Amino acid sequence: MSCRETQELIHGYVDGQLDLVRSLEMERHFRECPACARDYENLRDMRSAMSGSIPYYRPPAGLERRLHARLLAESGSKHDGGWFAVPWKWGAVAAALVLTATVTWQTALVRQGPAEMTMAEEVVSSHVRSLMAEHLTDVPSSDRHTVKPWFNGKLDFSPAVGDFPDRGFVLSGGRLDYLDGRSVAALVYHRRQHVINLFVWPAPERADSGIQATDRQGYHVLHWTKAHMNYWGVSDLNTRELGEFAELVRKTD
Amino acid sequence: MPEKAELAQFEQTVVPHLAAAYNLARWLTGNEHDAEDVVQESYLRALKFFAGFRGGNSRPWLLTIVRNTCYTWLRRNRMDDMTTELDEEVHGVDKTTSNPEAVLLAAARSDLVARALKELPVALREIVILRELEGMSYQEIADVASVPIGTVMSRLSRARTRLQKLLAEANPTGARA
Repeated sequence: MSCRETQELIHGYVDGQLDLVRSLEMERHFRECPACARDYENLRDMRSAMSGSIPYYRPPAGLERRLHARLLAESGSKHDGGWFAVPWKWGAVAAALVLTATVTWQTALVRQGPAEMTMAEEVVSSHVRSLMAEHLTDVPSSDRHTVKPWFNGKLDFSPAVGDFPDRGFVLSGGRLDYLDGRSVAALVYHRRQHVINLFVWPAPERADSGIQATDRQGYHVLHWTKAHMNYWGVSDLNTRELGEFAELVRKTD
Repeated sequence: MPEKAELAQFEQTVVPHLAAAYNLARWLTGNEHDAEDVVQESYLRALKFFAGFRGGNSRPWLLTIVRNTCYTWLRRNRMDDMTTELDEEVHGVDKTTSNPEAVLLAAARSDLVARALKELPVALREIVILRELEGMSYQEIADVASVPIGTVMSRLSRARTRLQKLLAEANPTGARA
């Protein structure tokens, strides 16, 4: 991959929006080209410094109530009012067109294969099950030196167990789960009131990959491979914070 | 129409996205009052169009309507913002020559980031909001902003380069740049 191509795709890489092949090509290029690697690091550092600095404007108190009253009044009346008597139709039509529009420029960007899609669904099902059955952990502990040894003898591998309380991701335990036709380690973290399930199991044949994101049934799912291990993180936490979590885990050995 | 049932279903589908809708409108219109008007108007439009929406991801659907309503509002009230030249070419944007440390310091400060973001043209600002605050995929952003996915990436690239530049100039240490 040339510097020019790398520069064109660098944001897609930083955002985890490239497919596996492209991500690997980018990583190879970064190893060979210090200038592009530096650009990537600057960009990554700026994004992480900025994460949390962009104000998220919360709706004013009472907006939901006012909105409900207006919708109620509107759904009872047939005539159009308000300051957009006619053009709303264009907006609606445009929205419909946009959503059905086919997008041509997809080749370089993420298109997860059927295997990944099914896996994402399996991961989300496990996540939901763990929440519903209130069987979140077999070994409830915030001490990674308790959680890690607990897996010994229960699995044929030893998952890396990180803890990041100073970054707001608190380990709350581990359990055994079953995914992809085998036993896997499920590590459970909390971020405020949100639960993150991190599933880990060996992937001997797979090369390291960047973080790939997908959504299923309203849950966010992140997936990556590192040091011949599969990682799947799932939560209802927003993608930005879940991404931050994934970056932290990825840096742990 | 069966108003009660329809309305209940509608509210169940779109009210959970009220925060996202308001945040987007607030960033595009630039003030609370107009943001609320735009949100209310968007929800009314969405209600009228709801019969055509069945299933799928309701967040991009709603945000598309919010975004279009914002643009209608901007065209009426802020024509200046809308005519800002937006060069779609991905040319070798001049690399920020400033030191990265200054950028990082500024990037950690909400006030400076907000100010820099407000200086971006609407077409770049909306992409940053959808990506960094809503965590949307390029595909979802492409749907909402009604542009090809490649344009999403090139706009993000230009937005971030400009932000980097603006943050470098913001000079949080107070030292001479």
